[in-house]
Amino acid sequence: MSSVKDWAAPNPVTENRSGIIGKGVDRYEGKLKVTGTAAYAYEVEPPSPPAYGYLLPATIARGRITAIDTAAAEASPGVQIVWTHLNVPKQARRGERANPRSQRASNPALAGDRVEFFGQPVAFVAADTWENARAATHLIQVDYAVEPAVLDFRASLASAEMPHGEEDVRIGDFDGAYAKAPVQIDETYFSPIQNHVQMEPCATTAWWDGDKVTVHTSIQMVKGGQHALAETLAIPSDRVHLLTRYIGGGFGGKGQSYDDLTLAALGAQALGRPVKVAYTRQQMFQATIHRPAVSMRVRLGAEPDGRLNAFAVEAVTHCARNAPFVEHAANFSRNLYAAPNRLTGHRLVKMDIPAAGPMRAPGEASGMLSLECAMDELAEKLGIDPIELRLRNEPDVDPETGKPFSIRQLVQCLNTGAQRFGWERRNPRPGQVRDGRWLVGMGMACAIRGNFLLPAKAGVRIDADGTVTLRQGMTDIGTGTYTILAQITAETMGVTMEQVKIELGDSDFPPAPGSGGQFGAATAGSAAFEANMNLRKALAELAIGDPNSPLYGGDPTYVTFGNGNIAIENRSESLGALVARAAPEGVYVEGSITPAADARDYSQHTYGAHFAEVGVDTVTGEVRMRKMFGVFAAGRILNAKTARSQVTGGMIWGVGTALTEGNVVDPRYGSFINQDMAGYLVPTHADIVDLDAIFLAEADDKANPMGIKGVGELGICGAGAAVANAIYNACGVRLRDYPMTPDKVLEGLMAKGL
Amino acid sequence: MRPFTYERATDLAAAVKAVAENPGARFLAGGTNLLDLMKLDIEQPTHLVDVNRLPLSAIEDTVEGGLRIGAMVTNSHLAADARVRARYSVLTQSIVSGGSGQLRNKATTGGNLLQRTRCAYFYDTSKPCNKRHPGSGCSALEGLNRNSAIFGASEACIATHPSDMAVALTALDAQVETVTPQGATRTLAVADLHRLPGDTPHIETNLAPGELIAAVILPPAAAGGQVYQKARDRASYAGGLASVAVVGTKVAFGAVAHKPWRAEKAEAALAAGASAVEAAHAELAGARDNGKNGFKIALVARMTVAALDEAKQGRGA
Ligand SMILES: Cc1cc2nc3c(=O)[nH]c(=O)nc-3n(C[C@H](O)[C@H](O)[C@H](O)COP(=O)(O)OP(=O)(O)OC[C@H]3O[C@@H](n4cnc5c(N)ncnc54)[C@H](O)[C@@H]3O)c2cc1C
Ligand code: SF4
Repeated sequence: MSSVKDWAAPNPVTENRSGIIGKGVDRYEGKLKVTGTAAYAYEVEPPSPPAYGYLLPATIARGRITAIDTAAAEASPGVQIVWTHLNVPKQARRGERANPRSQRASNPALAGDRVEFFGQPVAFVAADTWENARAATHLIQVDYAVEPAVLDFRASLASAEMPHGEEDVRIGDFDGAYAKAPVQIDETYFSPIQNHVQMEPCATTAWWDGDKVTVHTSIQMVKGGQHALAETLAIPSDRVHLLTRYIGGGFGGKGQSYDDLTLAALGAQALGRPVKVAYTRQQMFQATIHRPAVSMRVRLGAEPDGRLNAFAVEAVTHCARNAPFVEHAANFSRNLYAAPNRLTGHRLVKMDIPAAGPMRAPGEASGMLSLECAMDELAEKLGIDPIELRLRNEPDVDPETGKPFSIRQLVQCLNTGAQRFGWERRNPRPGQVRDGRWLVGMGMACAIRGNFLLPAKAGVRIDADGTVTLRQGMTDIGTGTYTILAQITAETMGVTMEQVKIELGDSDFPPAPGSGGQFGAATAGSAAFEANMNLRKALAELAIGDPNSPLYGGDPTYVTFGNGNIAIENRSESLGALVARAAPEGVYVEGSITPAADARDYSQHTYGAHFAEVGVDTVTGEVRMRKMFGVFAAGRILNAKTARSQVTGGMIWGVGTALTEGNVVDPRYGSFINQDMAGYLVPTHADIVDLDAIFLAEADDKANPMGIKGVGELGICGAGAAVANAIYNACGVRLRDYPMTPDKVLEGLMAKGL
Repeated sequence: MRPFTYERATDLAAAVKAVAENPGARFLAGGTNLLDLMKLDIEQPTHLVDVNRLPLSAIEDTVEGGLRIGAMVTNSHLAADARVRARYSVLTQSIVSGGSGQLRNKATTGGNLLQRTRCAYFYDTSKPCNKRHPGSGCSALEGLNRNSAIFGASEACIATHPSDMAVALTALDAQVETVTPQGATRTLAVADLHRLPGDTPHIETNLAPGELIAAVILPPAAAGGQVYQKARDRASYAGGLASVAVVGTKVAFGAVAHKPWRAEKAEAALAAGASAVEAAHAELAGARDNGKNGFKIALVARMTVAALDEAKQGRGA
């Protein structure tokens, strides 16, 4: 196992001789996507004409199916399969794991007569056309015995329990210190359920060759999907070939597989022909995971100079009765501000709605919506600028563990951002800046998100024409993974981007954990880097051992790679010439990465600062963005364009979080009221005005050999709080209930006599 | 979506006959509302009569000095027409506040008037809804519909009509010209086109089955400024929480009732010399909330005052 010290040594990526690292190169697969020729899972052309599947959702929240009448559906034109729990082919029981090394357990479809949430698939139809399948599905009649269900989170807060195996983190004496604190804040903030609203719904195209199934599906984790399907079908995983080449958004919602995968595979087996199954937009809302609501109590006890002495962040959240999941909304606060007396923890309400699960920056994204507003409230109470308040509580070491930071540029983010944004224009007294009907205000918030490195592998081959092909069981969920892997490969091998091919999303390729937790680039990229370094070694040995090479007999430590050549000083030849002559069948090597043995000796995060300016319409309570700016520090940036797009995308999601996004459960039915994109409002272009972000120069040599860190989730962390604080600064209305829609703002304005 | 048959009408009378004689038949215009509702199994027509090729796509000057807008004129085309922009700017303002560019390119004048409510429970076929299934109950009444009506609602239905364009047309005193199943032409005021829900929320207009909207007729616009204001959850591509159209001293509200709401009491108050604030309150005194939409009462009052002020200052005149 390596140490972080080994990673600090210079290498081709950190030296970046040809300058490809960091450059805003266009997306590797961009042309395919904009010309509509990147085949997503549902569009993949199967070997023979497919049948099309459609799922029928349950219309109760909890209970039992007492009868299903499928006669009319079976008689409907073109119908080839009608399955319910009574006749679906046998699958392994839920949670079974025949192979203990499987990353996922069995997840059977239509597994029984139990209904555990509104929207749960209860029947499956396959027909010659999608339209015929859908029409037939509507003819199925289901009778239910309804059982009492827990459906109202806010009414169930009192029943929240300590999550299994967890305990609160207490440091010092919070209660004592808080009681004595001269300045106190004690507020509770609420953030609602959110949906991922990926552009591409969950979808699968499946077919069988003998006893082996090929599935093209939209999933973030290649191995996870392969193992889940293998366990569900009770077959060895080498009989499942899973491909996921292009993914139209995941955001955590596709970290697991759904019934489209299982039923497409089972349907294709039963029919002996390919089957395509996709979720509808409504099913994406009702029957996939969501970000749970969080009710967060924040208590801050401060000295008059702003130093925090007592600090408590306590989250109540929820998950499905039989699908344990904890939104660790308080965790981020353990590493953010100094305070000697601390309390953080979580409580969980078990509900009868679909499973809660990860969504972009799980924990931080909803958690920071509270503390970063509470800090704003405290700053006002103290009469201190909110940035200054953060500076006064900046820790020297991790405030909870006492570990040194690998690198922490939060203060630089705050200062650079304040200057670039023009924070000095802000009037600290709310409600002072008028622009016609509008009141204008500014707010800020910090961002923090952990950085992770997981074990991963990659394979790379060079062919006789000099083409370098990197293969990895990694996914690109739209973030730019293809592109940064191409950059790493090109820079490491000293070839142009045109000479590099990247092949991802295939369970036959060396495995990587996939996309999630903003660990993708660092994890997959480091494995790719190691594979390329191994290829350099192999090619150096090949050249030095080949009497026909100009490098013959040279010292391998002096071998360099650049301009498509391998060289020792002025003795060089092209990589293509070397391989064509000395290894005409090509050279293939693999490489892998594992976390360094001592990586955990450091507190390692990515950081940022958000600045927002909003207008509040004093007539209607509508809030409109005027400007937003973010400064981030997240290690070495591999691609200026894709990285910026990741953090601005996160910031935009933060705007949606603050202003519009939220899914409401109707407690009478257990269903979400908003189940399409006309009801669940994400920001449009018109909502996003003058939004930009920059990265500070940084390399984190404790992170991995390239000094890079994740950027995919950092941008959303804290972003919504900056908007909420700007609303307060604009009009003096302090809302603690997201999203801050015109009805709520208007009520606040009227309460202030505005 | 259920299987259906389709025909493209080339002749007005034949189109009307085809729909009037077949209870399962519906006209298809831009399809931006009807096709969505069919896909979701909310509407289940067995036959569609496509009226897109009927000669109803012209905007013509009338002898009275107004405009005659063919039912098939698209929302984009209508909003961009130079005469409309110059003389009926409230209409352009209302149309461009609706939907997205793509929708307005497909949406037609007739279809826009007859679009159906956006009530979330209407859109969810697993829920009781008197509009979808008369007698099944109204899920919104005790539900989470903050966007429900404050004027003219009933115990049977509290849904709102979502059209922006129709609100401006109401304030402009526009007329609808139709072809009846008997082949006759008749006109009625846009304000009389839609019905309040009463006990029959599934009957939404005063058109007979199969009656075709042929045109919308605009009289010369009343003097004074023209203003359309729409409050919404996001800056674009969202239905109104409430909207207000003002044409001189004529006032209509949107997203507050089962139909575009002509603010007759406000207009009467203005005519009697009341201030904008007094006029707004005269109308809103008749508003009723159902718990979740109470904010609309204050919202509409404030918007009315602001819109009247703006119109008075001559915007859009
Ligand atoms: C996502 C989304 C957002 C939207 N946002 C807004 C908004 O903000 N504001 C707004 O005002 N609207 C909005 N709309 C609605 C849009 O304006 C309507 O869908 C559109 O105007 C309907 O026109 P159409 O021609 O497509 O009608 P169609 O869908 O073709 O028809 C609608 C109905 O009218 C009937 N019909 C059509 N033409 C005639 C005729 N000539 N005579 C008799 N009957 C006829 C049809 O039978 C059908 O019942 C939105 C729609 C969507 C999908
Ligand atoms: S308000 Fe009208 S449309 Fe909505 S559920 Fe009730 S009856 Fe149906």
